[in-house]
Amino acid sequence: MAVKSTHVPLGTLPFLPLFFHASFPYSRPSLCEESLLLQAVALRCSRGERRLFTDLNVKVERGSLLAVVGENGSGKTSLLRIFSSLLPPEQGSVLWGGQDIHQLKELYSGQLTYIGHLNGIKDDLTLLENLMSAMSLAGEPCSNNGAKEALEGIGLKRPIHHLPSKVLSQGQKRRVALARLWLSTRPLWLLDEPFTSLDTAATDVVTQRLLMHLQRGGLAVVVTHQEVALPAEVVQRLRLMG
Amino acid sequence: MSGSSMWEAVSGIIRRDLLLAMRRRSDAAMSVFFLVIVVSLFPLGVGPEPAVLRIIGPGVLWVAALLACLLSLGRVFTADYLDGVLEQMVLIPQPLALLVGGKVLAHWVISGFPIVLLSPLLGLQFGLSGESLGVLVMSLLLGTPTLSMIGAIGAALVLGVRGSGLLVALLVLPLYVPVLIFGAGAVTSSMAGIGGEANLSLLGACLVLSLFLAPWATAAALRIALE
Repeated sequence: MAVKSTHVPLGTLPFLPLFFHASFPYSRPSLCEESLLLQAVALRCSRGERRLFTDLNVKVERGSLLAVVGENGSGKTSLLRIFSSLLPPEQGSVLWGGQDIHQLKELYSGQLTYIGHLNGIKDDLTLLENLMSAMSLAGEPCSNNGAKEALEGIGLKRPIHHLPSKVLSQGQKRRVALARLWLSTRPLWLLDEPFTSLDTAATDVVTQRLLMHLQRGGLAVVVTHQEVALPAEVVQRLRLMG
Repeated sequence: MSGSSMWEAVSGIIRRDLLLAMRRRSDAAMSVFFLVIVVSLFPLGVGPEPAVLRIIGPGVLWVAALLACLLSLGRVFTADYLDGVLEQMVLIPQPLALLVGGKVLAHWVISGFPIVLLSPLLGLQFGLSGESLGVLVMSLLLGTPTLSMIGAIGAALVLGVRGSGLLVALLVLPLYVPVLIFGAGAVTSSMAGIGGEANLSLLGACLVLSLFLAPWATAAALRIALE
């Protein structure tokens, strides 16, 4: 097993101080500003008999994005699920603001937006209904107009908002799932292959949204096979060797 | 998270599940059709003797209701598991058990409540008296939510397992037995003139117990299923 990580000090980023104290509506019931730090400490993960990674240490600070790359089956999605608290690590811990995420429980869930490789949308619901129910489920209910604007933000035009999702292409379904990013006020975004099935235009739009999130002082962990077209100073790459 | 957003999430999942059931009426109606068919076949098979039908009526109605509930268990979490909604549910910033409670309530409204509403009509086929029909409705009103609550634990435990339909039956049927005995017993006692209050009280106790324990057990099973 081998893990290669490059960490860029955030002090080199000129834009960040401007956004630290902006009125970005992150809800942090009892976590302070300094807590926007995600750390993996000595993580080990095995699936079945196979050891995916061991002694993995990585730190994601606000305003930065961790791009997790690696071959199929190298443990990228498992790492993201460990970060999301869906999967407990075999050893080690994930810290959010210095506290173990499994102790923070719902408090940590209230800090993240997780979009897995499954879109989490229902074929029998319309685009609007899917987005609104996903936001309501996440504890961030949105208005009808807010949902429409989010869908338009990711390039889904109004005439199709009331169509059942089953008539959509895979790329359009992925866009519906990613439209949550236009409504999310959570500081930590965990995205599993967000650009899968997206065309170039949609990939650019999502990348810009990610950049805006980082400029506002948010954090993101993105599992991807593609290069993330973001400034090198905000991206740290973690290659899993499997 | 505030109480209002907690309520928003729970009511949101109930609304969504009811809306989905409206869009797929045939799925929702399947367990009711099953109940009607099974209950209607018994008088044809056993014969039209009123005394015999009155004796077997409560048991047949309750067994059919139990099997109809069992049949619908696959729909509680499987779709959400396959399309990724379950991952989002587990990551909500409030106790998962509350959301599970909401989902099971929606499942009962779709699958269990129609059984309760239909039961007096089906009971008439077996020559049950008015009082016995009332007890039958009460027993199903208390018993079917309990079956949904217990069934949700089994449905969550077998998520992602091949042949889960049979497995869930093996898991939950032993736990269904007390509910079946008290439910059918309430109607039989009422027919015998000794009143069904004792059995109904026991059914109520089962419901309260399952309301308190089942959502937590189901939530734990769901977390394991997603690991």
